[in-house]
Parts: sequence; structure tokens; C-alpha cells
Amino acid sequence: MSEHGIRYNAMELMICLAARFLEDGRTVVVGTGAPCAAAMLAQKTHAPNLTVFFEAGGIAPLLPTMPISVGDSRTFHKAIMASSMIDVMDACQRGVVDYCFLGGAQIDMYGNINSTVIGDFQKPRVRLPGSGGANDLASLTWRTMVITPHDARRFVPRVDFITSPGYLTGKGAREAAGLPPGTRPYKIITNLCVMGFDDDTCRMKVESLHMGVSKEDVIAATGFELLWPERILTSGEPTAEELDLLRNEVDPMKYIIGREAV
Amino acid sequence: MGDRLFPDTGEGKLFMDPHPDKAREFFRGKSRAMVDKTMTVSEAVSRFVKDGDYLAVGGFGTNRIPTALLHEVLRQGRKSLGLSGHTATHDFQILAAGGVIDRVDVAYVIGLEARGLSKAARKLFEEARIEVCEWTNAALAWRYKAAVMGTSYIPARVMLGSDTFVKSAAKTVTCPYTGLKLVALPALYPDVAFIHVHRSDIYGNAQIDGITVADFDVARASKRVILSTEEIVPTDHIREDPARTVITHYCVDAVCHVPYGSYPGNMPYAYFSDEDHLREWLANDSKPETLRPFLEKYIYCTKDFSEYLELCGGEAKIEALRRKELLR
Repeated sequence: MSEHGIRYNAMELMICLAARFLEDGRTVVVGTGAPCAAAMLAQKTHAPNLTVFFEAGGIAPLLPTMPISVGDSRTFHKAIMASSMIDVMDACQRGVVDYCFLGGAQIDMYGNINSTVIGDFQKPRVRLPGSGGANDLASLTWRTMVITPHDARRFVPRVDFITSPGYLTGKGAREAAGLPPGTRPYKIITNLCVMGFDDDTCRMKVESLHMGVSKEDVIAATGFELLWPERILTSGEPTAEELDLLRNEVDPMKYIIGREAV
Repeated sequence: MGDRLFPDTGEGKLFMDPHPDKAREFFRGKSRAMVDKTMTVSEAVSRFVKDGDYLAVGGFGTNRIPTALLHEVLRQGRKSLGLSGHTATHDFQILAAGGVIDRVDVAYVIGLEARGLSKAARKLFEEARIEVCEWTNAALAWRYKAAVMGTSYIPARVMLGSDTFVKSAAKTVTCPYTGLKLVALPALYPDVAFIHVHRSDIYGNAQIDGITVADFDVARASKRVILSTEEIVPTDHIREDPARTVITHYCVDAVCHVPYGSYPGNMPYAYFSDEDHLREWLANDSKPETLRPFLEKYIYCTKDFSEYLELCGGEAKIEALRRKELLR
């Protein structure tokens, strides 16, 4: 992709867009990979006072390199506190954590995520790792975000298993199930577009298409009917400053943004 | 989506009895004495791990894991073990490869996070050779906490509305104060826990540097606790900095001195994970014909953990991993 003479890849774009949704002075639980890169980039740009948690207990580290595990020693390098999983999960349940990032094998129009099984539960075609902390974060943090490749195998009409709750079956379903009011799926950031959720129907709704991506591209890569705004915006592109920080400070080894990145 | 049903009781099997009076009865009879509990890994596993036991493993999958104790379970041919799969990654991979587990409470298993998925571990599920009950990381951590508190359950607000709940053994309850619908997570009192620590005295007073994950609670919830430790230190050394103490002697049954005992996992402030060896594990556990000789080489034909460590590069390897850990 390129515009205004700046070249970047889809992963760099997704990380930059995700970073911009993280407001300064807030709290976020991240895993390894793109979410961690997004949080680090946000801290180096508009959100220096973003507090980062890792679910195994690392609180506000100064990450020297990208962690390989959400519990490795990088996740509490020069941290404010080397704590415990219970402390981090308690914080989420108390309402102290604003954002989390999740991924998964399948996601539906209500933002429900499957990371447990493809096929039958008893004898699955593909067994996946399970919830880990994903269900906890989707249940308890105020705003859940997803960074994911966009294709019709992933964006499905019905997930085989709801590992982590989005809006479940629609408006009011989270509250009826007993989940804390006000918690919700917030943004889905893919290699094609940014999506949010419609206030009335709680269904996934496109907010902006990335430069060079058409409505038809998104429809073809989505296994369910998306909602569309009256006016479709174009996603902002990474700035030269963001790309410089991402490539030289956040992920200099190019573990996440890829070797082909400039 | 309207046909999804969200019941008040999960369909899964509750593997462990949450009754606190049975736990109290057990703990009543457990020795509190400050006596020398040092012994070899082989002796600890042979004395404190029985076929059919339900196991909890400390650390976080590839970080501060009790590798020596896990290997020894395979070497001694234990069978029909249950496991609390609380972000169980390389630990789960070892137990799955050895075929020693037949039931698991799942929060996170099979995967090695960013490194990929263990095919041997996956097959246990895809061929339905293991009993499975679903939970989450917080749910298992809080289930330990309920046991630590000596109660039968703890209320929480996770899992609600999801299939994770449907395939769990949890139930919902109504809060008597607020009327809120909550999930009642049953207390989890494991039969035996394996925890690797930075230092312990001979009695099991132990300290951990860095994140404790769930180990404060695992050590207290479990009926029997086997520690492996990088260092054995005098009790005076523990007393000099008691704020660092995470585990106390009256929780512990055995203390095994195992330097580098988290290898190939990361040990904070000491050595980083050996990514090459973890890759070798993933490559070899993908097929039975490569897994068997791999396990023979590294586990069944080694006498103990120090022989395994030698095969993997010994002190020179650890020195390289130490430099990586310390960012030198």
C-alpha cells in the first residue's frame, strides 16, 4: 500500500489504527504480538500515560523487546509491579481496565469470538487452546478490540463455540446473561477496514475502509451481512512518525510487522 | 442466533470435590513441622504423586515451570492424572506427550502462545482421549482462591452467556444482596502441586522473584506441594527479606534442589527460554514416529534433569540464555 509516498504493510496499518483508539491515561490488557505493539506505539505517540497490563501479572513494564509469552520476564521488565494473575483479573472485574485486545479463529456479527473448537466439542475437527484469559477480558473490560486478518472463514454467520462473549444474541443479551453493564465489543481492526457496532442492533458495522479497499472486497471477505454507514470513511494512513517509531523503537527486530517492512 | 440456550448449570464434569470440610479434615492432619524436606526429584514424585491424582502446575506455561518434576512423572510412568490447565503450554505438552493425563480443566492448553500448537496435545482432544471441562484463566485462579479461603465457591462475573460456561461445571447463583446473576466458581483443591521457585530453605519457605502468576494460591489450595528450587538457602536468608516470601513451610511436602529447573522455560532474572529447544519439541511431537525417539532421548533414557540439561547444552547453553535474559 502506498499514498503520499509513504509505504507500509497491512500489519503496520492495523497496529497504527489500533494504537489511535487507546486514549491517554487509560488502562489496557494486552497479549503478545500486534496488541502489544499497538499499546507501545500509543505510549510513544499520543498516550504516554497509558498503563499496560499483562494477564500473568506484569503491570506497566518498560518493554525492552517484544515479549514472546504474556508471562515472560519482558512483561515485567522495569515494571511498576510484578504482580499476579488474580490482581490483574480482579482489576478487570472491579472496572479498572478500559481496553483489551483479543483474537480468535472465528468471529460473528455480534462480535462473539471462538478460540476453543472448530466442529463438534466432544470430538472436534480442530481443537484450539481455549479461552485462556480471553473470556475474562471480553466479560470484564469496558471495551474489547480485535485485530485480525479479514476473510470469510473467520467472519462467519455462526461461530462453532462462543469462547468469549461479544453482544451474544443482540441488544440486552450481555446484561441478561449477567455480564457487567456497559462492557462491550468496541472495534474490529482488519487488513481491509475498521468496524464498530450499531447501537440499536448491536451488529457489526463498517466505519472506514482502508485506502484502496472497496466495499465489494469487504463483502466478499465476510460470511455475514455487515451494516454500512451512510457515508463510508477512509481509514487514516500511518504517519511517517508512527512508522518510524514502530519500525525503529517498537519492533526493531520486525517480529510482528514482518521482515518485508521498510 | 436465537436458538442459543444459556443454561444456569454447565454440562461439564466437576473433577474435584469442592467441599471445604473435607479439605479441612485433610489439612488438619497435615504436618506443620519445620523439618528438613529436601529430597531428590525422584523421591518426591514417588512419595507424593499417585496414579489418578489431580495436578496443578505453577508458573505460566514456559515461564518458571517445574520441568524436572514433570519429566519425572513420565519417567516413573504415572497414569490417569488430572490437570488444571491454567495457561498450561510446555507443561501440558510434556504431560500430553507422555500420555499420563486423562482429564483436564481447560483454561489454555495445546498452544505455546506465539510459538504454535502442539500436535500431540491436540490429538488427545481430536481423538477424544481426554475428559475436558472448560474454564478461563481467571476462573481457575479464582477457584484456587476459593480453596485458599477454605470455602466451597467464589462468585464472579466471567463466563456468563458463553459456551465456555456451557461446557464448564460452573453454576450461576443469585446474589442475596443485589439480586445480580453471578457465576459460582467451585473451590479447587488439587491433590498435588508442582512449583518452581528461585530460592527455598530446607523446610519449604520459598521466595519468587517477579510475577507470582497464581502460585501464592496454588501452594495454599493444594493438598500436597512439591517445590523445585534454583537455590537452597539458610532460613536466615529468607528472614532477611520476608516480603519476598510467597510460600510457607506448612504448605510444602518436598523441596528439591534443581538448578536451572525451569529450562527450557524462562526463569526471571536468571535465564531466558530456549526457543530452539522449544521449536525442536514442536517439530518432534507432530508425529508419533518422531515423538517416541525424542522422548526416549531426552526423558526416558536420561537418569535425571541434570542429564537432560547436559544433552541440551549444559552450562554453556544456560550461560547464553542468562545473557539473553539479562539483555547483554
